[in-house]
Amino acid sequence: MELSRRTLLAGALAAPFAGLAGCDARSSPPIRGTIIGPNRTVGHRLRDGWRPMVPDGAWEEVDVVIVGGGVAGLAAARELRQQGCERFVVLELELEVGGTSRAGSVGGFGCPWGAHYLPLPQAHQTDLIEFLKEIGVVTHVAADGTPSVPEEALCRDPEERLWVDGRWMEGLYPFTGASDDDRRQWDEFLHEMAKWAAFRDDDGHPAFAIPSRLCSADERVLELDRLSFADWLDGLGYTSLRLRWVADYCCRDDYGLPASSVSAWAGVFYFASRWNGSEAQPLLTWPEGNGFLVRKLGEPLADRLRCGWAVASIVPTGGSGPCEVTAVDVASDAAHGWRAKRIIFAAPQFLAPYLIAGFRNDARRMEAAGQFTYGSWLVANVALRDRPRETGFPLAWDNVPYESNSLGYVVATHQLGRDFGPTVLTWYEPWHGDDARKVRRELEELSWNEGAARVLADLTRMHPDIEPLIESIDLMKWGHAMISPVVGFREGAARSIAAESWQGILFANTDLSGLALFEEAFDHGQRAAREVIEQLAASQDRRG
Amino acid sequence: MEADSGVEEPTSAPVPMNRAPLFLLYLNVLVIATCGLIYELLAGTLASYVLGDSVTQFSLVIGVYLSALGVGAWLSGFITRGLARCFIEVELGVALIGGASAPLLFLTFALADWFAPMLYGIVFAIGTLVGLELPLLMRILKSHLDFNDLVARVLAFDYIGALVASILFPLLLVPRLGLVRTSLVFGLLNAAVALWGTWLLRPLLSERGLGGLRGRSILVAGLLVVGLIKADSLTHFAEEQLFTNPVVHAETTHYQRIVVTQSTESFQLFLNGNLQFNSADEYRYHEALVHPPMLSAERHERVLVLGGGDGLGVREVLRYPSVKAVTLVDIDPAMTELSAKFPPLAELNGGSLSDPRVTVVNDDAMLWLERSESLFDVVLIDFPDPNTFSLGKLYTTRFYRLLRRRLTDQAVVSLQCTSPLVAPKSYWCILKTLESAGFYVRPYHASVPSFGDWGFALATIQPRPIPRTIPDELAASLRFLDNEALPALFAMSRDLAPVEVEINRLDNQALVRYYEAEWDRWN
Repeated sequence: MELSRRTLLAGALAAPFAGLAGCDARSSPPIRGTIIGPNRTVGHRLRDGWRPMVPDGAWEEVDVVIVGGGVAGLAAARELRQQGCERFVVLELELEVGGTSRAGSVGGFGCPWGAHYLPLPQAHQTDLIEFLKEIGVVTHVAADGTPSVPEEALCRDPEERLWVDGRWMEGLYPFTGASDDDRRQWDEFLHEMAKWAAFRDDDGHPAFAIPSRLCSADERVLELDRLSFADWLDGLGYTSLRLRWVADYCCRDDYGLPASSVSAWAGVFYFASRWNGSEAQPLLTWPEGNGFLVRKLGEPLADRLRCGWAVASIVPTGGSGPCEVTAVDVASDAAHGWRAKRIIFAAPQFLAPYLIAGFRNDARRMEAAGQFTYGSWLVANVALRDRPRETGFPLAWDNVPYESNSLGYVVATHQLGRDFGPTVLTWYEPWHGDDARKVRRELEELSWNEGAARVLADLTRMHPDIEPLIESIDLMKWGHAMISPVVGFREGAARSIAAESWQGILFANTDLSGLALFEEAFDHGQRAAREVIEQLAASQDRRG
Repeated sequence: MEADSGVEEPTSAPVPMNRAPLFLLYLNVLVIATCGLIYELLAGTLASYVLGDSVTQFSLVIGVYLSALGVGAWLSGFITRGLARCFIEVELGVALIGGASAPLLFLTFALADWFAPMLYGIVFAIGTLVGLELPLLMRILKSHLDFNDLVARVLAFDYIGALVASILFPLLLVPRLGLVRTSLVFGLLNAAVALWGTWLLRPLLSERGLGGLRGRSILVAGLLVVGLIKADSLTHFAEEQLFTNPVVHAETTHYQRIVVTQSTESFQLFLNGNLQFNSADEYRYHEALVHPPMLSAERHERVLVLGGGDGLGVREVLRYPSVKAVTLVDIDPAMTELSAKFPPLAELNGGSLSDPRVTVVNDDAMLWLERSESLFDVVLIDFPDPNTFSLGKLYTTRFYRLLRRRLTDQAVVSLQCTSPLVAPKSYWCILKTLESAGFYVRPYHASVPSFGDWGFALATIQPRPIPRTIPDELAASLRFLDNEALPALFAMSRDLAPVEVEINRLDNQALVRYYEAEWDRWN
């Protein structure tokens, strides 16, 4: 939208107030804040070999233990309950469920700590639509399967804006100053993506679909996994710096990695998988991000969730008897044990060697698990006493700085319709580099002061007057935030090996798809639960 | 400024000037004096317009300006050589700073926090330069004129210039040119004096640097001309929207800029620069907003007013004795406070907001509707036009659905919906959005001279006939509506016919985009 005289006037007239707010705030206390989880101490003790003893009276018999209370674990638990299985328990290390979809609350406003939106499911995503209907997000499903949602569940307009050349503009593509060639390349690129969205292989499967197990295995699609997105763009002559920035931004946004690290398959997936024929699917979002979905998944399961329990070991008995799971109450160090017919391992793959007894002896599994690499993220929730002054296009839900390390921020009060006064900005920065371990260690060592200064510097670039308005900056350091869809990971054998069940343990985590997405996690949880139900029914039949 | 100028003539030796009639020299003085006072008036006016409190602004500007004149006069004593060149340089400085002062101040106000330092800095700079002008000129002329004549005439023309400025400024310049163009035009006059000076004082100037001096004069004049062409958009908002009349109240609240201006016959309320009412014809708007729904509804015991913090709609509502309770929801406490306490406004609304039947709630109407549990018989929606996303949300299907939950089955809603003539897409977008939220909707309109042909809508849950008659006891108190004018509101002429539009939803904010496009085109 063009900046009109009216908008200019409104800005002009708001100016002295912003000055006043600044004056007020200069006498205010310094910025507060803390570093919030995730809990590492118990995890590291366990990694270093500490094994608590479970007292005799502290053993429980169940049908299923679900390890990990993220979206996959919760979806598995929901499915078990729906299939009539009640003897199960979900063990979660953190004090609340949700994994990287967790939400927090700052200054009275709910705000995300990680994942913060879900594209409106397409008609074929029947299970997910069913869940959304159950929780009241989807109000109606048309005969062709298309879900309807009330407008307040969709991301309020304006959805996104970009900070470029000292002012905000609508959208994500930096049109200001774009040359004719830039625009031509961008049009062609969108055309190319639309082509991939429409692609159907000889069996009628789409190239890209959600959940990703529905993606085509056609050679023309799979070959995209053999080179990086950046190389692929190079090969097609997409050299426009603006286009490359958008491509890079999208990869960092969804995968935590630049276009030079993710496969072209993942890069194209981002653009082509959520396309409904003419445009991208609208987004569902909530003030607290996907924390809303987590709460809706978790609430009816409350009696089965054991939060603050660190799983110490999973001992499979190779089908001869029940698996034994021991866990430690993080608060008291008390140990407890469960004997279960089946385990659903809904934690990320990198934890399997630490938690599952004997896993290290299986060279094939170990090699597969070793292929799973994860990106790190720094997330901040910044509480503001008041809104900074705006230059150009007004505050949107997603606010992105052009050519910054960070991805910018989303606004927690956007969906609430609260347009004035205090708010919370959730700021995201993926950390990546040649050596993921080194990057993770650097993030781990980041102090609150360093982290807050980093956030402040980035926000100040977009809002020079923001500092006195900041009440607090809380930081979340995600060491293993997302699976990295690097070149070759999608097509390689590691994923399918890791997804095989192993001595009574079934695996369910979004990393098995090579994509960190709510839909993938949900799908894996549901699939694993259904397999467990089948296996239990089969063993019942044999016994009967 | 003269150190490296190469102008070496000692000023004590009488040097002939180019022959020019003496009146031209005095004209020069007149122009200089007029320009100086114009800049001072500009600064004072601009400060009053944007900051309010004109007494303070004018006092401070005049004080700073006069003291700066003194500083300039005192500084002139230190200039001993190159008087002519120095005079021309000073003229160019005045031309540039004075000429750019109004646009510069508007821009500072719009884009930066330090308006006051900028204002006084500019006033001081202009004052100092103008203070240098006359002493320099008098010293240049002293060898050509008798000292007594010189002082008498120069000062006389100086004061005449002040008179010319003070008459031109309010009567011609502000109404015709506006602040920004006035400033640029007088800057051009100063630049012309400088350029002309390079010929007039030619014998006093050395050859070296003369071309540069002329070049710079032309450059300054050129810059001001470019400014004059480009300044159009600035002047537009400066004069035509906000500043036709003197500001009698101005405050910037958490939510908006509230300005009240006063002309001889009437006063006007502006929110964020957009006219909300003119006391001369607001009765047309408010009678049209309030009486159709009140007369259409079977009951009007409980009335809800959304927006309308000026209390003028409530004034109309309270004409009905059967009204038991009015709830007014307006986001800005400063606005409702002003309506209750600011004498001209409280007089105009008849003290409606202080009426015991009226409850004022200061909240965002949408957030309030989400929480409210009361039911209402009549609802009046009187929000500002949808020119921002936070106003746009108050015109969405979501908003109207929330509203529906707060209505009795027989309830009647009326709302203002911008001009159907200027912004047909915006107008019909609002009506279609109401329809898609399950309302029966009747378009209507009224002519309000301050706004033009203004659109309203009547919305009900059940279809209802349009109201046609006004009870006698009410008719006596109305100025606009009678039994003929009331049904005529619902006659929509051919040029107000419906157009194809999208529904306005939270996730598309179609209305804000229509509104921006349509009003931009009209402006």
